[in-house]
Amino acid sequence: MWPSADESQALELSLSVALRSVLVSLPFALVLSWLLTRRRFPGRTLLDAFVHLPLVLPPVMVGYVLLLLLGSRGPIGGWLDRAFGIQLIFTRNGAAVATAVMSFPLMVRAMRLSLETVERGLEQAACTLGAGAIDRFATITLPLMLPGLLAGAVTAFSAALGEFGAVITFVSNIPGETRTLPLALYTALQMPGGEQAAARLALMSFALGLSGLLVSEWFARRVRRLLGR
Amino acid sequence: MFAVDVRKRRGTFELDARFGSPTPGVVALFGRSGSGKSTLVHIVAGLLDADAGRVMIDGRLLLDTETGVNVPPQRRRIGVVFQDARLFPHLSVGGNLNYGRKRAAPPFFVTLDAVADLLGLTSLMDRRTHQLSGGEVKRVAIGRALLSQPSLLLLDEPLSALDASRRGELLPYLESLRDELAIPMAYVSHDFDEVLRLATHLVLLDRGRTVAEGNLAAMSLNPELRAIIGADAVGAIIEGTVLGTDAASGLTRVGIGRGELKLESQGAAAGTKLRIQLLARDLIVATSAPRDLSVRNVLEGTVHTVAEDSGGSDLVTIDVGGALIMARITHAATRELGLAPGRRTWVLVKSVALRGHVNRSTQAGA
Repeated sequence: MWPSADESQALELSLSVALRSVLVSLPFALVLSWLLTRRRFPGRTLLDAFVHLPLVLPPVMVGYVLLLLLGSRGPIGGWLDRAFGIQLIFTRNGAAVATAVMSFPLMVRAMRLSLETVERGLEQAACTLGAGAIDRFATITLPLMLPGLLAGAVTAFSAALGEFGAVITFVSNIPGETRTLPLALYTALQMPGGEQAAARLALMSFALGLSGLLVSEWFARRVRRLLGR
Repeated sequence: MFAVDVRKRRGTFELDARFGSPTPGVVALFGRSGSGKSTLVHIVAGLLDADAGRVMIDGRLLLDTETGVNVPPQRRRIGVVFQDARLFPHLSVGGNLNYGRKRAAPPFFVTLDAVADLLGLTSLMDRRTHQLSGGEVKRVAIGRALLSQPSLLLLDEPLSALDASRRGELLPYLESLRDELAIPMAYVSHDFDEVLRLATHLVLLDRGRTVAEGNLAAMSLNPELRAIIGADAVGAIIEGTVLGTDAASGLTRVGIGRGELKLESQGAAAGTKLRIQLLARDLIVATSAPRDLSVRNVLEGTVHTVAEDSGGSDLVTIDVGGALIMARITHAATRELGLAPGRRTWVLVKSVALRGHVNRSTQAGA
């Protein structure tokens, strides 16, 4: 009934990778969604399309591009290694980066939607009351977009739990380091007589995904009630 | 002095506004919907850039397109009460009130307690904004703007979203702001009753242009005002002093110029300044001293001007000894009575047709 040591390792790893990926992408998603919603600048449409690319590209290709850029001989990966001693390839941090890239468009979409519901008039009012741009964003815009922001984070987290193609391409399938639940599931299916193990892992993924979505919905409702909407 | 001289083009609409009103005091920016009032509010608050012009409050330059001065809205110290209140839904009433207070810079002239007391907000502090009534929402919005310690309080049709009885509830609060805090206010409205009660200085806006300005008493006789509010609403606004209560009738006696008017009881003590509007259509003009009438109020004076109005009637202004009043009578009556400048006349008005508004700031007097 209870997960085996291997299974709980995969579960823990999945949660840890998904959490890191959300934490890494959250600030970037916030800035980008703000730029895309509130600012008009040349190349905005192109940037918008670029952000959404992972939704339409094969995940394996995204993993391959990451390998080229962030691999130990890649332009960014080499610099990270030399300057900070950070290695992404074949590590759980690398897995987090891959899932972050894949779930990024989902997060940006959710944040843009919630940012669009924040009335500009409230920001103007804050402005006349003496609040500068950063102050306004922190005390008015951010709290008001919180429901959407959290919903976006939870959706991205749930999606990150299931990311397969980009992860296995970029950081491979190393037990205890990069073998997350979907990778463990895939491995089990590759082994003769692994159906039962696969079924158990599938069930775990299912339960995890469902609870993520339920928590997000519950939270969104709570915040909405708090705001009296 | 609150001085504005700005130009702004938005599509086919062109704003060209110029006025200067004394401070402290309440300047009413009055005009029909679409006359550019909201655009003007946004430019003064710094939320909209003007194409050209200057905005100055009490010697502090906020905008001057010629020298490139453009103080950002968060440093203009203009408290704005928006038409739609714009309370922050994620904060309580107290949180809303404190938002501006925490960011205010000296000089501080009101405290949280004083504002809560003045606007009746003390018991609402912990409420969420969506639990407030329409009138309470407006009071919180006014309090929030006041606590940012502004050098000008800018009210953009604060009563327009309220029904008549809520308006009646809120007006006394606004009057007490004017009379007790003596903060410069700009009051935007398209309702002349509000202007009549609150304003000390009146600026008329029509299709984006400021067509006339002046103190309320002088402006009440202005033909441009007549054009906006219509013949039935026009009439002299004069300021009188309560003399006492008439023992026999219970009516309040108010001194106007050399004469005296009796109004339905105002409950105001002797010496109180009272602002009264004498609607031009309610006045009767006689060329001999009237007798045996139910009318309580007879003011003696001389004709100042006679001007033709629309629909076969004339607007006759009469000097009743230091104050000018205006009567609307038919063209035929003017001719038969031989009304011309200098003619001695008696003006009659029913007590029940008069309403007085207590006004402790006395700038409205001509």
